[in-house]
Amino acid sequence: MNIYVLDQDSALDFYINKLGLKVIIDAPMNKEVRWLTVGTTEQPGFEINLTPVHESILHSKDTAEALRDLIKKGTFGVGIFTCTDIMATYEELKAKGVEFIKPPTKEFYGTEALFKDDSGNWFSLAQLTPVTV
Amino acid sequence: MEQQAYPKLYFYRRIVQAKLFIDQHFAENIELYNIADEAYYSKFHFSRKFKDVYLQTPHQYLISVRLENATKLLASGMSVAAVCQAVGFEELSSFSRLFKRKVGINPSAYLQRHKYIQKQITEAPLTLVPHCFAYQYGWTEKEQFQTNKI
Repeated sequence: MNIYVLDQDSALDFYINKLGLKVIIDAPMNKEVRWLTVGTTEQPGFEINLTPVHESILHSKDTAEALRDLIKKGTFGVGIFTCTDIMATYEELKAKGVEFIKPPTKEFYGTEALFKDDSGNWFSLAQLTPVTV
Repeated sequence: MEQQAYPKLYFYRRIVQAKLFIDQHFAENIELYNIADEAYYSKFHFSRKFKDVYLQTPHQYLISVRLENATKLLASGMSVAAVCQAVGFEELSSFSRLFKRKVGINPSAYLQRHKYIQKQITEAPLTLVPHCFAYQYGWTEKEQFQTNKI
């Protein structure tokens, strides 16, 4: 999974020290960019690639600037983290300084909160209701 | 709204505070009563409440935090004996046994594996990028794909 971030060092600090993920690969690609992936112990094999947005063969200067603006504005919702006890996770992340844009709220599919990463990407944090057949 | 939906908010804050205490002090010789004090609960009541939230006892969680940090230190190249001490284990034998149970290989093998990965990162980082077309098609001589060869 790929997530565009504004700054790789800042993103690394957020995903490791606040969200509690761990580094899978941190390898230099060139002078400015690293191949930087993080993941969880609970889901081996799943990696989040923290990709910086800058002018490159993928994005023109204008596109990179537009994309960075959109990220800052909180345009992109990029994923869902599930947990077994949302109130415990919510309280822990808040204590670590994570910004929530929606507190835990009961929905028909479970209990959900929304938080932002250091760039402006937002995620759902969910404690899902078990499906009964 | 938050208070109405979750009347046990105060309870959660105390349990989370205890968990964060373990996260910060795992390398020290902490006992269950230290952690229970942090949450303002009696030892047995706290242990039960902690397990309700985190699905493991405080002691089991402490061990898992120590082992998780051991993997990070070993990956950084620290020796097995130094890691054992740094994360709060008193005996190397119990550290190795618990590490192998959690990770699947013993600490020495884990250290060697990460030394190899670190060598790859330094010498040929693009080989670690899955399906890297630049590497596969020989484009790496272009400036934006230059690796940091020492």
